Parts: sequence; C-alpha cells; structure tokens
Amino acid sequence: MAEEIIRNTASGEVTMRLWRGDADGGEFAEYVMPAQEGEVVLDVIHRVQATQAPDLACRWNCKAGKCGSCSAEINGRPALMCMTRMDALPPGESVTVAPMRTFPILRDLVTDVSYNYEVAKRIPPFEPRPKMADEVLAGGYRMQQIDVERSQEFRKCIECYLCQDVCHVIRDHEENKTAFAGPRFFARSAELEMHPLDVNDRRELLQKEQGLGKCNITKCCTEVCPEHIKITDNAIIPLKERVVDASYDPVAWLGRKILKRRKRTPVEATADAPATGPAAVQPELEVHGIPAPELGIAAMVGAPSGDVASASATGADEAPPE
Amino acid sequence: MAEYETHDFDVVIIGAGGAGLRAAIEARSMGLRTALVCKSLLGKAHTVMAEGGVAAALGNVHPEDNWKVHFRDTMRGGKMLNNWRMAQLHAQESPDRVRELEEWGALFDRTKDGLILQRDFGGHRFARLAHVGDRTGLELIRTLQQKAVADGIEVFMELKVLRLLHDANGTVSGLVGYWRPSGEFVAFTAKAVVVATGGIGKSWMYTSNSWESTGDGHAMSLWAGADLIDMECVQFHPTGMVWPLSVRGLLVTEGVRGDGGVLRNSEGNRFMFDYVPPMFKDETADSEDEADKWYDDHTAGRRPPELLPRDEVARSINSEVKAGRGSPHGGVFLDIATRRTAEDIRRRLPSMYHQFKELAGVDITTEPMEVGPTCHYVMGGVRVEADSTATTVAGLFAAGEVAGGMHGSNRLGGNSLSDLLVFGRRAGIGAGEFASGRNGPVTVDHAQIDAAIAAATAPFDREGGENPYDIQQDLQETMQSLVGIIRTGSELEEALGKIEVLEERASRVSLSGGLRYNPGWNLTTDLPSMLTISRCTAMGALNRKESRGGHTRNDYPKPEADMGTVNFVERIPDPGAAAAGVGGTPSVRSITVTPEPVPVMPDELKALFEEAS
Repeated sequence: MAEEIIRNTASGEVTMRLWRGDADGGEFAEYVMPAQEGEVVLDVIHRVQATQAPDLACRWNCKAGKCGSCSAEINGRPALMCMTRMDALPPGESVTVAPMRTFPILRDLVTDVSYNYEVAKRIPPFEPRPKMADEVLAGGYRMQQIDVERSQEFRKCIECYLCQDVCHVIRDHEENKTAFAGPRFFARSAELEMHPLDVNDRRELLQKEQGLGKCNITKCCTEVCPEHIKITDNAIIPLKERVVDASYDPVAWLGRKILKRRKRTPVEATADAPATGPAAVQPELEVHGIPAPELGIAAMVGAPSGDVASASATGADEAPPE
Repeated sequence: MAEYETHDFDVVIIGAGGAGLRAAIEARSMGLRTALVCKSLLGKAHTVMAEGGVAAALGNVHPEDNWKVHFRDTMRGGKMLNNWRMAQLHAQESPDRVRELEEWGALFDRTKDGLILQRDFGGHRFARLAHVGDRTGLELIRTLQQKAVADGIEVFMELKVLRLLHDANGTVSGLVGYWRPSGEFVAFTAKAVVVATGGIGKSWMYTSNSWESTGDGHAMSLWAGADLIDMECVQFHPTGMVWPLSVRGLLVTEGVRGDGGVLRNSEGNRFMFDYVPPMFKDETADSEDEADKWYDDHTAGRRPPELLPRDEVARSINSEVKAGRGSPHGGVFLDIATRRTAEDIRRRLPSMYHQFKELAGVDITTEPMEVGPTCHYVMGGVRVEADSTATTVAGLFAAGEVAGGMHGSNRLGGNSLSDLLVFGRRAGIGAGEFASGRNGPVTVDHAQIDAAIAAATAPFDREGGENPYDIQQDLQETMQSLVGIIRTGSELEEALGKIEVLEERASRVSLSGGLRYNPGWNLTTDLPSMLTISRCTAMGALNRKESRGGHTRNDYPKPEADMGTVNFVERIPDPGAAAAGVGGTPSVRSITVTPEPVPVMPDELKALFEEAS
C-alpha cells in the first residue's frame, strides 16, 4: 500500500484518494481539492467531478441520507458519502473512498447491487388477513400504534445495502450469495413476520433457502446502519427464535400454514421476542468488526482475498461510523 | 448505423417514483405487458424524500372532513388556476388510494382507535395528512416498489431516456435511451407511453430536488409535440436548510410547523402574523394565544399563520430577510425546541432530528433551525385530460409532478403524494386502455433512433469544448438569480438571452472517458431537458404579468382577474421542422407561448366556494 500522504488541511487543502477502475482492475487516484466548510464526502467528490475528473463514476441521488444510493467504504468503513462530514474524519490525513467490496465493481465507486434486487424478488410478499366487520365499516384496518412500531423500525430501511456489504457471510464468500439473503432481507422478512396484518409464513424459506442459520450475530450490520436499525437484536435474533419454534413444532407450524391464521397476536410477539437476547441457534463464535482501513483497502485492491473477515477482527473495537 | 438492443411492450412507463410505480401496477393488473424505466435504481426516486404525509379526506381525526372541503382547500391554495376536474378527482379518490396502500403493506401511524392518523399541514382546513413520522415518502415508494416486484413488473433501472419516438401518424410509439452502467443504447416500442419523471428543480442552485429532477419528461413531451401549461408556477418551499452551505436547500418538512413549530425573525417575533393575506384573514388567528390553542382543539381558535399555504410563507420569509431581520446565514428561525418536548420531537420528526444533528451540528430539541426558501416543486407541466391523463399527443400520458393543472399556481403540502397515487393509477388505466385499443403493428422511425444516438455520442468526437458541469452551474446561477422566488420583466428577458447562449455552449460540449457510467456524459444528456424547461419557465414567467401562487412579479405585484382565467400554454408547433438545438432536440427558440382559457368549473362546484364564504 502506498504511504499515506499527509496534507495540511490548515492550508485549506484536502487530498481525496478515490478508487478508479472497473472489473478488470484499477487503482487509487489522488485529487487535491481546496477544503470548504461544512462539506460531506459527497460534496468533495462532486467538486472533483466538476473540475478534474468529469467521468468519475459515483452513484447518488438525494444527498440527504434518505435514498441510500451513495454507499461506499470511506477510510475502510462502509458509510453513506452524503452523511459523512469531512470535519469528522481525521484532520490532516487524506480521505480514501472505495466502492463497496461485496458487490462487483461497475466502474470507479459504483457497484452492481443487482444481487439485492434478486433476493428481494424471492421473499414471499405481504398478504393481509381479511378485514373484520367493523373495519369494513370504518373503511380501513385497525391496528394499534404499539403493534405497528416493531415493523416500522425495519421500514425505515433506505436500502443502502451497507449491511449487506459488511456482512462477512457474503463479503468474502461469493459462493454464499446463492443461498443467503443477508441482513437487509432478514430485516424485511422480520418486518413482514411482525406485521400485524400479514398471514404469510416465511420461516421455512428463511431457514432452508435464505441461510438465516449462517448469520452468527456479529452485529456488523447493526453497526453500519445509517438508520440505526437494530438489525441483529430486533430482526435476526427474533427470526432465529421463530424458526426454531417452527421446526420444533411442525404440527403447530403446519396448522398455522394451512389455516392461514395469524402467526401470533402482536401482544404475543412483543412478549416473547426480547429486544436483546442470546443467540438462539448458533453460539456466538467470534466477533468480527468492520475491517480496519488499511486492511479493507488492501483486501479490495488485491482481488480475490482469503478469509479477510476473521483477519479484520482488529477493527472490532472501533466505533461505527456516525 | 448505430447498434442498440430493442424491447417491445404494451405500456412503457418512464419514471419509477410514486406515479410511475402506481401506473405500472395498474397497467399490469389489466394483463398488459408493462415495463418500468427509471434513471436511478428502483426505490431511489425523489418520492423517497417526501416527508410530511399524503393528503386524503379520510376523516379519521376530524370526521367533518370530506372531499368537498379538500377540493376547496386545494383550489384556494392553487389560487383557482387549477384544473377543477383534476382537483375534484384527486379529492374524491385519494382516501381510497391511501387505504389501498395499507392493503399492500404500508404501516401508517395510528389514531387511538387504531385507524390511520392524520396530521395538520398548511392550507388544509382539517388534519388530513396520513403519515409515518417524517418519512412518508419512503413508506409510499417502498410499498409500491414491493407491490410492483410481487406483481412481476419488469424494471429497467439506471436507464436514461433521450427522447420519445413516434410513428408516421405522429402517435407516440416508443422511446430511445441508454443504460447508464454500460452506455449501451436501447430502443423500446410501446403501444402507449406514460411519462412520470417528476420535477425540474435541478436547474436552480438551491433546491430540495435530487440530480434526477432535470425535467426530462416535460422536455421530451414538448419535443414530441405535447403542450405544457403554466411552467412559470414553481413552488419555493418556505423551509429549506440554509446552513451549512453544502446542504443549502435541503428540505425541512412542513410537519415541523404542523406539529407546533413557529417561525421567528432575528428580533424573536412570530412575523407571520404580519403577512396574512385578505383571502385567508377570516380563518387565521390574529394573536399567538389564539393560534396556540388551535393545535390541541381546532374549535378553540383559528389556524396559526405559520400554516398558510407555502407561497405565502415563502414570500414572507423572503421579505423578513430582505428587511434585515434574518438569521446569521440568511434565513429565519424555525423553533420547535421551545414548543414541544424533546421526546415528542424525536418521535414525530426523527429524520429532521438526525438531519440537523448530523449535517449541521444542531440539536433541534434545544435550538432553533435556520431555514429559508428552496426550489421544491413545479406546479406547471404537461397538459393532460383529467380523467385519462392523456396528453395532447396520441399515445402519450403523464402523471405526477410532470403533469400540470392539478395544483394550479401553488400546491398544498401533502397533495403531491396523493396526486401520485390518484393520477398514477389513472395513467395506468388511460395508457392501458389506449394500448388495448391500438391495432396493428407498432412502428417507429429508425432514423429517429439513429439521430438520437448520434447526437448523444457527438461530444466524444469533439476536443477542447465546453465542460458540461460549467454549463449546469451557469444555468443554475441564472435561474436562481433571475427566475427565482421574486421575478421582474427585465431580469426574465435577461435570463432568456442567457439560456440561448447556454444552449449554444451546450452544443459544443466535449467529453473524455467512455460511455460506461460516465457522469459527465450523463449530465451532458440531461442538459437539453434542463435548458428546454428553463426556457419554458422563464417564458411563462415573462408572459404572466401578475403575481399568483408560486409566481411572483415585482413589476406586477397583484393577482389580475384576466390572468387568473388563463393557462400559459407552451408548445413547439412543428417539432420535426424546428431548428435543431442541443442533443438533436428542437431548439429552445422554437418554443411558443399562448394564453388559453382555464376550464370552467360547473355551478355545483362553484357553489362550494360561495357556501364557505
């Protein structure tokens, strides 16, 4: 890895090291830009495009942390470029921006995230129970605020796929992608499973085809979530518990499926799915953190890498990006 | 002869925001081969940024609410320039469209009785906005996206459309564009096309709009021969962030005011009491005491002036800043911190809390926000027939922000999301019925495709030409300073001159790099749309010699009766013969503008206004 080039921001300059390349390879290119107050990483990249590299590929939309388009790895950490303030990064040091490593590179900072759209298609859709008599009269379903809030947490998801990017099950194991939905879609399934109206049952699918068991609850996904969704504690662990219930009690599960009953009442669901709890299915083996900057970049540049996830445990204690 | 892939569908919808998705769902439900084409990834469209809610007279919070009151509020908010039939359909159908979302999985916030909760917003007599905290747009787009995926609709993501294609009779028959990731060209044939491309805000410097809002659908419809109406009616949302500069223009939801937030100037005064126009005097509080009682009990006092329609609030803020009573960074103060508990603020306005905390270092539970007007929404747009959303060109339909008429000269908050749903569905039906009734093979002129591709790639053959980013920036400065919130005749003339110069410069852009995911090229292909709609806005503004809603003229400061009954219609009379502009499209100089009468409301609807007054 090239030596860090230290620029003095006091002199009003900032050095951006931006990945330039495509599926066939590439390298980090350096752009020295005048520093401006109050900027986020995406602002500086836009100025690089406007003044030095008009063809620098970078995906973005809202620049407000609401659309989840500008995901990247900033100094090795998965984050939204539009929500990472320049003044929150180490002063005087260059800023390294690389594309998300888990997805194929299209060009420069843009990756092919179609894997996520394919997984989305395989999740059994929302299917509401019929309206009750008084609901037909009122013209709409009745649900209590407390019952919708659990699913609402997951519906905050902006689909930035940073949780998918950081998840070591697929980050370093391309072969797992065919049988692993990833944190984003476990959260989606949890949202549907906890939806007060939904009657579909996704538990068998989660276990047999979507690789819920492969998650060993390292919470990396939760750490990088820009919406602060507690993916591991509130989605994945409760799902694991439900899947266990289903497989230990096949008669009850079958009964629910055939009768299209509601899976549980919202009250039951709240009562038996604690906000935090121990791993239900697999023991917590090892805590993997977000790769430390140097390592993340090195692994990215040096194409197919080995088991970087375990090596990157050095980054485990570091705080997630805000 | 250029190479390109081809696809054939019954209905192709351009744009995958709320309107496009809703149209696609409807066309697909009719059993039609339906394609959805969008410039970004699915689920990222600008709808996602809508915050406050979707307006529908459900009557869950105020049972006395009904479609007639909503209709009346909408027309008055639009200063009566609205297409009355659109406003009527919108008010009548939006409750069903909202309930339908719930059947597709949406989870709105609830009343104590378990029904959909509704929130107060500017210009709406009753609490009418169904919402999810301050992320309603995300809920809407995700619900529609997931429904579209479940229905198996084919989505062509990151595909930029260059222009529409037509057959020998002039009927729209397809489109040509390119995949942004690969740069490869693609042509679609279709029996009907829906444009649902959203807005035009990216031509201004300070805007709440994302990069996609370049007016593509407005421009390609105009180039295809369709009429645009009232393009001068552009809404400047009163509360955008003003600091730090990098996020200037970013939206601060009207929900802050709906939930009790108030505007103050540097002297600490709630200045909105000084700006209540005669039209709203009777229903607006005249003291802070009265206004504050209203939040908890709408019968205890009249509405706070902070909840006047957006055009009124934006102009008032502008006046305070000009009078030297602004905040340090050129806005005014929006205060919710002293009005509601920290817990309430974080629960009701979570996105705003994080937005200010993370981007501006401001804790809105303890400090006021600094806010000022930001370019937000275009009320004008493609002229449509209300019931079917048919444009004036056969085979072409339009819905959502790109369509004109629904909102008159000023849109009420919350009426955009409901507009998307009501007219998205109607566009799906309109286009679907047209497609079903269209017989014979669908043909396109291949020379049109070749010409579009040749024009799009021409900048790579030039050297030492213009930088597209410079042109974009110069256009944004021009529109911001000369076609902004307050306009004047001489400045509009100046803007038109500058736009012609920019068009000439845009025809000399040179590019390096390849076609694959090249933002410089992508911007270059957006410039023809941006220049075309900028011209339309400036021309409409020059011709509308009055002040009405989102259009304010310094030299004509009042509404004029004779102007209130006309739409300014813009068209290119003979697009095929028009002088070539940039990117192989008709030149901005070929656009004409004519006043044409606004459709006249039937007596039974007129009576609603007499009853109220």
